[in-house]
Amino acid sequence: MSAGSATSVCALRYTVDFCSEGEVCMADQILQFLLTGITVGATYALVALGFSIIFNASDVINFAQGEFVMIGAMATVALSANYGLPMWLAVICAVLITICVGLLLQRFAIAPAHNASVITTIIITIGASIFLRGVALLVWGKDIFSMPPISGEEPIHLGQATLLPQNLWIIGGTLVMVLGVHIFFNHTTHGKAILACSCNRMAAHLAGIPVGLMMLVAYGLSAFLGAMAGILIAPITFTSYDAGIMLGLKGFSAAVLGGMGNPMGAVAGGLLLGLIESLSAGLISSGYKDAIGFLILLLVLFLRPNGLFSKAATDRV
Amino acid sequence: MKRLKPFFLLAVVLLVLPLVFPDNYYVTVIGVTAGLNAILAISLNLLMGYAGQISLGHAAFFGIGAYVSAILTTRYGWNPWPAMLVGMTMTSAIAFAIARPILRLKGHYLAMATLGLGIIVHIFLVQEDDFTGGPDGMGDIPVLSVFGWQVDTDLRWYFVIVIILLLVLWLALNIISSRSGRALRALHGSEVAAEMMGIDTTATKSGVFVLAALIAALAGSLFAHQQSFISPDSFGFFFSLQLVTMVVLGSMGSNYGAILGAIILTYLPAMLVVFEDYEVMLFGAILMLVMIFLPQGLLFGIQNLLQRLRHRKQQQKLPGQGLEGRG
Repeated sequence: MSAGSATSVCALRYTVDFCSEGEVCMADQILQFLLTGITVGATYALVALGFSIIFNASDVINFAQGEFVMIGAMATVALSANYGLPMWLAVICAVLITICVGLLLQRFAIAPAHNASVITTIIITIGASIFLRGVALLVWGKDIFSMPPISGEEPIHLGQATLLPQNLWIIGGTLVMVLGVHIFFNHTTHGKAILACSCNRMAAHLAGIPVGLMMLVAYGLSAFLGAMAGILIAPITFTSYDAGIMLGLKGFSAAVLGGMGNPMGAVAGGLLLGLIESLSAGLISSGYKDAIGFLILLLVLFLRPNGLFSKAATDRV
Repeated sequence: MKRLKPFFLLAVVLLVLPLVFPDNYYVTVIGVTAGLNAILAISLNLLMGYAGQISLGHAAFFGIGAYVSAILTTRYGWNPWPAMLVGMTMTSAIAFAIARPILRLKGHYLAMATLGLGIIVHIFLVQEDDFTGGPDGMGDIPVLSVFGWQVDTDLRWYFVIVIILLLVLWLALNIISSRSGRALRALHGSEVAAEMMGIDTTATKSGVFVLAALIAALAGSLFAHQQSFISPDSFGFFFSLQLVTMVVLGSMGSNYGAILGAIILTYLPAMLVVFEDYEVMLFGAILMLVMIFLPQGLLFGIQNLLQRLRHRKQQQKLPGQGLEGRG
């Protein structure tokens, strides 16, 4: 243990080499994969939650969700490195900037097209994501940025597996935000009002709910979750102007896996997708990890065409 | 014959254009890319616009066609034509195998499944480098030849692609106005109602899925021979999205709309290059604005605008009647 688990991030390699009794080794390895999987899954969960909230509120699949993640991380890096803001202030400003982007997206791109078909709104959000990526390219260039972790880089040992403090921040932060969203939608008037809009817009309007305002709240909340996901994960994965594409896709997959429009299903889908990817990268092939993730997603959809955690869908005829 | 008037008009314009501008980069070089994109957009529009089944993974079929052609001609020394046939057959077989389970899904779930399919194929192309050359791609793909006539200049490629585009368009137009075309449109309206009318919706949907895949594979083979070099980048998720964008931007549910969308999405980036750093941003902004203000797409949107203008002119011509009516 002492010689094996060096201070490097890839302590995993050491434990594999130094271990002789195969059984224990496998278990340790799997523990490591599970820890990584939960960390990655937590960020997917946040992005998926954002997808789910917007989908619930407005029936739109927001392909610009990944861009919220990118803007959150990039703005934090830029504000702290270029303008010398302290980290906490940079984070707050970056989150506010991202929320503004979310509100503007709703107000000027989604709201004017409220009568458009689902596919048209998809193309609008794709256009928005390309536009935002273009702006990021213009402002921050093509460089890849790194961000210091919140509390040090000293790894924590759990048996033979290791964990970075940042992993704990990601898992903890996700937990807090997921709980917050859950409470918001189930126990506050505003949250319930948004759910009412998603059930029936006209009825919500007649009941005196300001539908337009509720849409803005949903997009702002979604942007907030995206920005937080980006800020939490950036110290581990680096960030660049196009970092949002893959995370957006993964978030979408997670949301579908859990059953579109079911926020807690989206969270579960995110964690599951993270675990599947991490285990298949470790045990099968790292090159094929994304393919295996999508393959399992396809199989799930073939068996349960409406996602894992959805109630049986009924068709309106 | 009246139905096909726009078809003949388009055919004449496309065939005469290179004679007027023989060595124009925008006609013969970008024109070839636009033509290939138009073939792909027509095939995707059959699936999306007429059958109402979204696909975010159409580039996968394009890629399989291209890679089968490339592998058979370079590694096994096949003649391009049988290689192309094998590519189309293989792609159709794959499409046929997955059509039933995948087309059971609806809406966002179908979008997700097709997206996943596209990404799986892309990863496969990157990872199996013994066969596909991996991320570096494959080069030295031979050119096509028709009875000894080598298709080796931009102008010749232009004519080959335009002729195949016109054939595909002709096919698509005829399918749409045939019995199966009506079945497709009925299915788009309401699947349950279509089934009540005695339409085998599953067979119709998987049929059009296979046909779309087959046309995409044809475009893929042509692309491989025309470029003589291919890499997985050309067949990724982003290209699938671009294809969907072409169909929707042009006007979903119109073959001419698909062509219009393909032409615009091919030329727009080429034109925006002059804006250098602003290129990506402008592209996104234009896409967003068009879809916000013309949610039905350009073709139908412009048609509607023209109709409204004509209507207004007619009203202006008859001001007296309007007054009388009011009085």
